[in-house]
Amino acid sequence: MNKEPLFHITRNSNIKWYKAWIIRAIAIILALILCGIITSMTTGLNPIGVYGTMIDGVFGTSRRIWMLLQNMAILLCISLALAPAFKMKFWNLGGDGQSLMGALGAAAVMILLGDRLPSGLLIIVMIVVSILCGIIWAVIPAFFKAVFNTNETLFTLMMNYVAIQLVAFFVIVWEVPRGSGKIGIINQNTQAGWFPSLFGSKYMINLLVVIILTVLIYVYMNYTKHGYELAVVGESEATAKYVGIKTKRVVIRTMVLSGALCGIAGLLLVGGSEHTLTTTLVDGRGFTGVMVAWLAKFNPLVMILTTFLLVFLDRGATEITTIYGLNDSFGAIITGIILFFILGSEFFLNYRIAFRKSGKEAA
Amino acid sequence: MFDFLVSFIPRAVTQGIPLMYGSVGETITEKSGNLNLGTAGIMYVGGISGVIGAFLYENGAGKNGMNGFLAIFIPLICCLLGSLIMGLIYCFLTVSLRANQNVTGLALTTFGVGFGNFFGGSLIKLSGSDVPSIALSKTSAFFSMKLPFANKLGWFGKIFLSYSFLAYLAIAFALIAAITISKTRTGLNLRAIGESPATADAAGINVTRYKYFATCIGAMVSGLGGLYYVMDYACGIWSNDAFGDRGWLAIALVIFTIWRPGHSIWASILFGGLYILHIFIPTGTNLAIKEIYQMAPFVVTIIVLIFTSVRNKKENQPPASLGSSYFREDR
Amino acid sequence: MEERIPVLQLKNITKRFGEITANEDVSLDVYQGEILALLGENGSGKTTLMNMISGIYFPDEGEIIVRGQKVSITCPKDAYDLGVGMVHQHFKLVDVLTAAENIVLGLKEKGALDIKAASARIKEICDRYGFSVDPNQKIYNMSVSQKQTVEIVKVLYRGADILVLDEPTAVLTPQETEKLFNVMRNMKADGKSIIIITHKLHEVLEISDRVAILRKGKYICDVVTKDANTQELTDAMVGRSVALNIERPDPVDPSPKIVIEGLTVKSSDGVTKLKDVSFNINSGEILGIAGISGNGQKELLESIAGLQRVSKGSISYIDDDGKSISLIGMDPLEISNMGISLSFVPEDRLGMGLVGNMDLSQNMALRSFRNNKGIFVDKKSPHILAEHVVEELEVNTPGISTQVRKLSGGNVQKVLVGREIAASPKVLLTAYAVRGLDINSSYTIYDLLNKQKKKGVAVVYVGEDLDVLLELCDRILVLCGGQVSGIVDGRSTNKKEVGLMMTSLTGGDDNE
Repeated sequence: MNKEPLFHITRNSNIKWYKAWIIRAIAIILALILCGIITSMTTGLNPIGVYGTMIDGVFGTSRRIWMLLQNMAILLCISLALAPAFKMKFWNLGGDGQSLMGALGAAAVMILLGDRLPSGLLIIVMIVVSILCGIIWAVIPAFFKAVFNTNETLFTLMMNYVAIQLVAFFVIVWEVPRGSGKIGIINQNTQAGWFPSLFGSKYMINLLVVIILTVLIYVYMNYTKHGYELAVVGESEATAKYVGIKTKRVVIRTMVLSGALCGIAGLLLVGGSEHTLTTTLVDGRGFTGVMVAWLAKFNPLVMILTTFLLVFLDRGATEITTIYGLNDSFGAIITGIILFFILGSEFFLNYRIAFRKSGKEAA
Repeated sequence: MFDFLVSFIPRAVTQGIPLMYGSVGETITEKSGNLNLGTAGIMYVGGISGVIGAFLYENGAGKNGMNGFLAIFIPLICCLLGSLIMGLIYCFLTVSLRANQNVTGLALTTFGVGFGNFFGGSLIKLSGSDVPSIALSKTSAFFSMKLPFANKLGWFGKIFLSYSFLAYLAIAFALIAAITISKTRTGLNLRAIGESPATADAAGINVTRYKYFATCIGAMVSGLGGLYYVMDYACGIWSNDAFGDRGWLAIALVIFTIWRPGHSIWASILFGGLYILHIFIPTGTNLAIKEIYQMAPFVVTIIVLIFTSVRNKKENQPPASLGSSYFREDR
Repeated sequence: MEERIPVLQLKNITKRFGEITANEDVSLDVYQGEILALLGENGSGKTTLMNMISGIYFPDEGEIIVRGQKVSITCPKDAYDLGVGMVHQHFKLVDVLTAAENIVLGLKEKGALDIKAASARIKEICDRYGFSVDPNQKIYNMSVSQKQTVEIVKVLYRGADILVLDEPTAVLTPQETEKLFNVMRNMKADGKSIIIITHKLHEVLEISDRVAILRKGKYICDVVTKDANTQELTDAMVGRSVALNIERPDPVDPSPKIVIEGLTVKSSDGVTKLKDVSFNINSGEILGIAGISGNGQKELLESIAGLQRVSKGSISYIDDDGKSISLIGMDPLEISNMGISLSFVPEDRLGMGLVGNMDLSQNMALRSFRNNKGIFVDKKSPHILAEHVVEELEVNTPGISTQVRKLSGGNVQKVLVGREIAASPKVLLTAYAVRGLDINSSYTIYDLLNKQKKKGVAVVYVGEDLDVLLELCDRILVLCGGQVSGIVDGRSTNKKEVGLMMTSLTGGDDNE
């Protein structure tokens, strides 16, 4: 009973920004060291060699750099979609489904109208349809959240699976050849609906679109009335109502934006890079995007960095797997561990551990 | 119709048991105010840990023949340990370090699924199998042992008695959890923490300890779902990603049952049935429509979600502090 | 008194929150079978001090001695084990559980959970001290005073013999207060020690045996109640001789600005919060609204500000040309779009009036962010306004880009009031504008309100301190149970009259 606690925790709200970044950097370094140890323990490989391979796998050739950029573009696009929603404290875990619906929309237009419309018009229709599909998928849960306060975390999560099944359905409907259960490359011969190459790279358009979107979303969130309103709604709904912000409208409006951006991500996947439709096309980026956005504290510019971190780990891990004949899930383990460390490091930004000076009494 | 039910129900049950483990585990966790979206990952880890244990024992005991008790005990312990570690990671991050629960949960799922597939893949390579899966049929045979007289009792035996011990254990867990939560001191304290940790704290309950215990026990129960899936449902065959999205479905079930583990028994079986409904619906050659039927469990969850929010009854709400971390000196 | 051993001793207790020192070197003794009143202004550290003996906070320095033994109270459980129990001002009860469940919560009694046995013991405690509690009633169905009873029973059930009651009467009617005091006397007779935190002097004199006074976190003195008088206590509490003199200029040609007739408001679960309320708010005067907290004040102001759904009645704004505009069904944005300049300082400053996680400048933008044409927010003028408010109202802040939640209560309120006044309102509604502020900040606020009044603004001041209401306001409207029990002239009425009206509807037939 008489033991004094060794330390106790107090809130620390005034941390300097550079200290914050030092703490985060330490966390990542610690994570990398731990991953290195785990790597050598499970595979017997030299961890430094493994990290070298990763770097080579990501930057080694110009093709690899392009793959990095392409993957970053898609992940960043989805993360950009999620950031405003999360800033509003709307837990949109439906990025996967919303993007997949965008992809479905784009693929549908390519397949159904591919030989009926001129190429330019086709792409415009694709853009419109995929954005609309993304919006529909995002607005359904937003509507119920706004009107009945339905739990959006699980609603959006479930919408992912509905989207997957919907895509699975259409994959069979449009399968080529019959009975294969796959769509294959859409419009392989005509290349109708494929985004043109720009400056000699077929990924350039995707990249440009996402760069522009990053800037736009940054401006939207930081300088516009809409951005200000959604921040207030996220902080306190009562305050928002008090100053006459129509919270329901803001929730739905923000989710329209979120869905539209996810739709664009799907569009970029189908029209810009993959030219096909599968149920695994989005590959969990809706979830990775949550972490990208959250780690960057919803700042689109910082999100470029966090996107890079996560894509680097993923691409690097893929390289390790092929070189050392490992299983390609190794990347997920490393990603997980690094995320644990970054998540844990947040504690040291927000709290301070105070050790009690024992035995000292005021005179 | 009756014949249909006799063949359908047992399959729905075996399909529902992993969900039951997952949802009961998650309910226990959520009652303490922790929304653990890592359940999907935990179930993977539970499954693969059991597989690793079984693999080592099968290979180790190869010549001397396997001891039935050890064949069950070793994978079981491995599974519980693996899930416990996952639970501890989650608790350390969200309870001790007060990290964001949703993001931690997602990271845990990334990690867990990766962990499962990585070691699954490694074992597949080790065993030199031609197919991308690993078969532990000997261990599975022990796990899926059924009551010897079940077959002799006709339809009754088929519907009620044709399952392995892990299935009955799941039901037992659900009932124990239900009684503990609603009738005991521990359950009362746990509910109070989920509703208002500050109140519980002021009443002298050790909030941190309860959160750790509830979440870790919840994780271990969930993990068993993964083990059941591999050892019984999949007949000891582990293949990567085969477990699929059942973890998320288990989380959805928690809402479906409005945080009552007792209801999880029938609800899990119902979801199990919805999950395999498409197999039983005659669609002829139209395979596509089967994909639409597979939406059923998700659509049903959404509808329930909407209904509970529209009805907005005080008793049917999630634990009030769900998803937020607690710090005593916050004012 | 004769020689007695203190049951509880605090020695040189210090507690800091970041930069703020909440308690500094406080020493205090509590004896068996006494009622000790802990008196002090808001923010003087009374609650913080008590939170340290109930295990919510842990002192940075100093020691706590219970029955002669030095103890370390690291959590509420330690406190209960020592027989110390606290009833917090904000009740710590779980809404969806029953009274009995809340009472036995966290206890480690032997055997299985037996709600029936617990209920029997609860009955026994109630009979002994004169409470009444239905053990099976859910908390969310209870009134405030019922909840408080549950809290006290909870503490007694745990065998506490040192009880801390934090501002227990703030939410009670006089009758309920009287009942509570009787219970307290019974407990005292039973040998229990009670510490009651309050800032109401007459209660101190009525119930306590001894008074300990805190000021700005420091222990000032303690006196035996029967030797004390009001003036002495006030002076000790405030730290200088104060005559509470608030300026009250004459009304500036008052004419109705807001006319309210037959206003009825129901909460979302159908409880009537306001019933048939009618009155005028005049320009150039301060209308005080008195009443026990929770008697419809919040709903009344929020209805005028467009934040409440009105079931019946009318609220009209009279513009400068004498034209009447109905405000019913309008939200705050629509009201301001009509060109009606209405400012509102709500009770919940950080939960409604301001955004704690945003900085001063961003908080200034809450009212003005729409003023810019186009899609962008104007960042410059809120910044200028923030600087202006900081300078004008002497807000103590490290800078404009400091998050508001890091400021102290008084400074938060200055930021809020500063912003609301900056809009040069025609109507200014304020709810508990000086709650939690020290005397100096309070006077700043009174000055600001008077300045507005002199400018011809219609000011509404919802307050809890009758002395202030009587000195500041031109007219006082008294609410009781969501109804108007009368409107009196601030200059001619007295405390007794208003106090009576607060508890019954006999003060006047209707209005005017």
